[in-house]
Amino acid sequence: MPPIRDAMSAFELFQPASVGDALGILDRHGADAWVMAGGMDTFDWLKDRIKKPKVVVDLGMVDELRGIKDAAGGLEIGATTTLTTVANNPLVKERFPLLAEAALIVASPQIRNQGTVGGNISQDARCWYYRAGWPCYRAGGNICYADTPTAVNREHAIFNADRCVAVNPSDTAPALVALDAEFVIKRGSAERVVPAREFFIGPGIDITRLTVLQPGDLLTAIRIPATWAGKAHYFEKVRDRMVWDFALVNIAASLNMSGATISDARMVVNGVAAEPYRLDAVEAAIKGRPRDKATAEMAADLAVQGAVPLRHNAYKIPLVKALVKRAIRGEAEWATS
Amino acid sequence: MGNLVSWARSPWGDSVLTHISWDLFWASLIGGLLFLVAHGGYMLFSQHHKRDSSEVDRMEADRKGLPANVLRHGFVARMFHWVMAFSMLTLLLTAFLPIVGVQFAWVQWHWMAGILLTASIMFHIVHATFVLDFWSIWVGPKDIPEFKAEMMREVGIDAPGPKPGKYPLGNRLYHLAVVVAGLSVIVTGILMMWRVRTGLVERNPYMLTDSTWGITYVVHGLMGVGFVGLVIAHIYFALRPEKLWVTKSMIFGTITRRQYLEHHDPDRWVAESKSGSNVG
Repeated sequence: MPPIRDAMSAFELFQPASVGDALGILDRHGADAWVMAGGMDTFDWLKDRIKKPKVVVDLGMVDELRGIKDAAGGLEIGATTTLTTVANNPLVKERFPLLAEAALIVASPQIRNQGTVGGNISQDARCWYYRAGWPCYRAGGNICYADTPTAVNREHAIFNADRCVAVNPSDTAPALVALDAEFVIKRGSAERVVPAREFFIGPGIDITRLTVLQPGDLLTAIRIPATWAGKAHYFEKVRDRMVWDFALVNIAASLNMSGATISDARMVVNGVAAEPYRLDAVEAAIKGRPRDKATAEMAADLAVQGAVPLRHNAYKIPLVKALVKRAIRGEAEWATS
Repeated sequence: MGNLVSWARSPWGDSVLTHISWDLFWASLIGGLLFLVAHGGYMLFSQHHKRDSSEVDRMEADRKGLPANVLRHGFVARMFHWVMAFSMLTLLLTAFLPIVGVQFAWVQWHWMAGILLTASIMFHIVHATFVLDFWSIWVGPKDIPEFKAEMMREVGIDAPGPKPGKYPLGNRLYHLAVVVAGLSVIVTGILMMWRVRTGLVERNPYMLTDSTWGITYVVHGLMGVGFVGLVIAHIYFALRPEKLWVTKSMIFGTITRRQYLEHHDPDRWVAESKSGSNVG
């Protein structure tokens, strides 16, 4: 059945003015509640009537969830801080330009003005079979329509597919993983801090979610330690339409240089797996090596080990290799083409 | 069946089954635990008793040739049992730990354990058919007299009916339940291998229709949760004090001569020594 657009099912709307009130509402309504920040992901689901929550909790009135502040040389970013704010904030640009660049390239200016950093990292998969409301694994069914012999799966996963081949669509998520960020999650009166890498989960762990967030949980802040402040970085996003699109593949890299040698690194690609895919083998291999062509070639080969392409997305393998090479050499697309 | 199974609308507009409700897992778990409590309570008052010691003395005197230790399970049968137990527990843990909140990448471990279970069952079928006494584990109308006698003994009457052969009636009924549930999960599980990436078969999610896949998933789920209760009951009986001699025989292979005479009918189960020769 084709989606019914622009006609949302009825729901009860809550607009709490504080985190405490929001948590109370989420606690009362549990799995019936839908958390809405900027609404950029939410309204697709609601207008297509694929998701029909009984309760929507709009966080737009919660001032304490917005803003960027210093945290011992690092930063703490409120979850509903807009992407435009993140991209333009002087502290972010000075300390973590990797994140600023990633935020600046999300979607379009209008969407960045409304969309939030918390929403960007928590957004759901963009697999169109899933988004169309088909009963796939991710929707609670027992099949992946994107991983069939006749499927259209150009944008899907090449790593860590476990029944579902959807990918994480976020631009800021790989940047935050590459910066060793931590996510503050509140639930009732409890608070837990989850490393960015553990925040995102693949289908092997839970096939119906992209993050550890459960009903009743509220992502309140993102903490970025000072570890990678001012270090070398690289971000690049490859997409079909330069003006406005999700990434086919993006890469976020933080590099700590000792002279001409890489002493430590974080390299994360997204759009290739259900979670931002950290290149552990590459990170280990490039330590102690110069940032040159030989290192880049070696790392590129290492990066795609274990990749399993689908029928239409084998192009992502050379694409990942190319992005890894550029990230290591620090050269943008136009400089190496 | 309303909420016991999940339905979905296929892309072609058909209403198809997808899987069972995981509430059934909790039902099976709680049912199994309640059975333990009920049976444990019942056993406090049960009149069931083994063969009278004077009768056993007389039988022992009549059967001078019986070995001190009677072989109950040969080495191969014991190995099969423990391999199957390992694979079954792995299957249950990988299937249901994520449902109770212990999340990990379970699918690969699950199908690998399923392969092990399938291989062990196939071996067991061949072994039981050509090496063991195939019919000793099955139940049928011929067992009605034994059933009546066992019921009488449960209420304290020393009934003259037949004693069990190698396997008590409850054991044989349990085996029957495990055969039905086990073969169901194996057949459906093998079909589901075509839905996941295993490297063993080429994925083909369209091998069956959506409806047939739905039935496959539901049967797999139902029998899987059924195994939760069955395994709880099995472990419970294995650990009951009056059954420990049976459990030990699954480890060491033998029971004593007196245990053999107290609990079994020597005419229905001809004793073997550990070397395998028939005696008595």
